[in-house]
Amino acid sequence: MTQTDFAPKIRSVGLNGVLVTFGDKATDTANRAAIAFRGAVDAAGWAEVQESSSTLVSAFFRIDLATHGFDTIRDRLAEVLSAQDWTTAQLPEGRALWTIPAAFGGARAPQLGEAAEAAGMDEALALADLTSARLRVLTLGFAPGQPYLGTLGQAWDIPRQVGLTPNVPAGALVAAVRQVCLFAKDTPTGWRHVGQSAFACFRPNSTTPFPLAPGDEVQFAPVSEAELARIEANNSDGSGGADRVLIT
Amino acid sequence: MRALVVRQVGPGVAVQDLGRPGFLAKGLTQGGAADTRAVHEGAALLRQSPNCAVLEMVGTGGTFDATEDIRIALTGAVMTAQIDGDAVAWNASHLVPKGAALVIGPTRSGTYGYLHVGGGFATAPLLGSRATHQSCGLGALVSAGEALPVATDKGRDTGMTLSPEPRLTGGTVRIVPSMQTEDFDPAIRALFEATEFRRDPRANRQGIRMDSDSQGFTNPKALSIVSEVIVPGDIQITGDGTPFVLMAESQTTGGYPRIGTVLPCDLPRVAQAPAGAAIRFEFLSLADGAAVQARADAELRKLPQTVTPLVRDPAQMQDLLSYQLVGGMISATDAPLDEG
Repeated sequence: MTQTDFAPKIRSVGLNGVLVTFGDKATDTANRAAIAFRGAVDAAGWAEVQESSSTLVSAFFRIDLATHGFDTIRDRLAEVLSAQDWTTAQLPEGRALWTIPAAFGGARAPQLGEAAEAAGMDEALALADLTSARLRVLTLGFAPGQPYLGTLGQAWDIPRQVGLTPNVPAGALVAAVRQVCLFAKDTPTGWRHVGQSAFACFRPNSTTPFPLAPGDEVQFAPVSEAELARIEANNSDGSGGADRVLIT
Repeated sequence: MRALVVRQVGPGVAVQDLGRPGFLAKGLTQGGAADTRAVHEGAALLRQSPNCAVLEMVGTGGTFDATEDIRIALTGAVMTAQIDGDAVAWNASHLVPKGAALVIGPTRSGTYGYLHVGGGFATAPLLGSRATHQSCGLGALVSAGEALPVATDKGRDTGMTLSPEPRLTGGTVRIVPSMQTEDFDPAIRALFEATEFRRDPRANRQGIRMDSDSQGFTNPKALSIVSEVIVPGDIQITGDGTPFVLMAESQTTGGYPRIGTVLPCDLPRVAQAPAGAAIRFEFLSLADGAAVQARADAELRKLPQTVTPLVRDPAQMQDLLSYQLVGGMISATDAPLDEG
C-alpha cells in the first residue's frame, strides 16, 4: 500500500496548469497525499490558481502559465511540498460520510458471483467486503460527479474483463483493480457489475449538482431488490435513499 | 419575446459560449465553443462581451427569422449566408430586419461556423454557462421550431468587418512539452514533429484523430500510466500509436499518455482544419510557448480595435454577379452597404 521510494514530482500541463504527483501507481497513500496537498494549497488562496482538482495520485492547479511563469509557481509549490510529509497529512475538513443503499448480485447486479470468483472468495464474503469497507472518493471523473472509490483489499485487484458489457445502468456499482466505480450514467464497461444503487452522481438541475467530493467516504448498505425498487419509485431528487453526515 | 426563430436547422447546431470553468474537481470539463477565437471575433464585430452566447454550426446552419430587428455577426468557418435572398459577407456584422429570412450554410471553408446576435442568446444558463455539453446532458442541439431568446442589445453598429487570423485549412500547430512528454523517446518525439498528419473525418467536440503514414508513436515506457488530468489541446497517444488532439468536451482525466499540448492560441487552427487537411506539430519550449501565448492574448484583447467598416471590394466578392453594382452607387452618402 505504501510507496516510500517516490519523490513527489511537479510538472507543467501545457500552459494550463501545474500537476503535483505523489506516486506512479494508484495507491491509497498517493491519493491521500494528493487530496491533502490540494486542500492545503486551496486553503492558502493563491490568486494565480483559477481552480484545482485531484486525480488518483496528483493535485492539479489550473494556472495561466502564459501569465505566471512556471518556475516561480514550481518553487512555491516545492516549498509547500517540503513543509510536511503529505502521505500522513490530515485530510481536509468538511468531508462527508455517505451511506448508500444498494442491491448486490441477483438480476440487478448480475456479476457479483463472477467478481467474487475473480477475487478468490464466495459471494457472501464478497458482499461482506463490499459493504463493510468505508471507501474513499479517490477522484471524480470520466462522467460528471462519478466517483472512483477505494481502496479494497489486495484480493480485489481483479482485472477488467476482456470484453465490454454493452450497457451497465446509471447507479451501478462496478468493481476492478481494487476500486469500485458508481456510474453517473448508462455506460459500456469492462468493470464487473456487482451492485445497483439509485444514487444520482450528477444532478444538473439541483442545488447540489455534484453531491460527492474527493475525500468523502462511502459505505454501501445492502438492501433487497424489493427495497431498491421502493427507493427508485420515490427518487425524484436522485438521492437514492442515501444518508450524509459530516466526518469532521 | 425578442427571439431568433428556427425554421430549419442543420444537425450540428448548438448554443455555446466560452464554457463552464470551475468544475474540474467534479469531473466536468470546461466545454464551450470549439473555436474560442471566433467567439471573440463576433463579440468585437458587435462591440459586446465575448461572454455572450452564440450558435456554433457544423456543416450547415439553417433558416432563421427574428421577432424584432436584430444585429448579427458571422465568424469562424466560412459558410454561405443570405438575408432575404441577398448574399452577405462572412466575418462581418449585419442587420436582420424583423421577419427577414436569414439563411446560413453550407460550409465553404473550415469546420465550425458561428452566428452571433446583438445582446447574445439568452437561453437558461446551467451551472453558470449556456454552453451545450450534450454527452453530459447539459443542453441539447437546436431543433426546428425553437425560438431562441435574445437578450437586449445595447449596440447599434452593423456593416463592420475584421480580418480573421487565417486558421481554416490546417498548417503548423505549435505545442509545448507536457507532463508525459519525457516518457516518449527523443526519437519518437522527433518523428512526431517531422510527420505530416491529416485530420481524420472521425472528429468531434471531444477529440480529433490525426492520421499519418507513420508507423505510430507508441512508446513502451508510456503504456501503463495512472490516469491523469487532461487539459484542452493535450495530444494523447492511444494504444495503437495514434495521436488524438483533445478538444473542449474531452473528459477531465485519461489513461493515455500525452506527448505534448497544443498552445491555446493554436487550438482554433486544429478545430477548424477540415477532414483531410494537413497538420504539422512544432515543439516550442515552455518559455517560448508562454511568450507566444501571451502575445496572442494581448492581440485578442486588441481585436475590437481592428474592426473596420465593411467596404465592398469587388476583388473579394465571392460571387460578383449576385451583387447589384450599379444600384449600390446611387448616392455617395447612402447608408453603409451592409444590409443587402
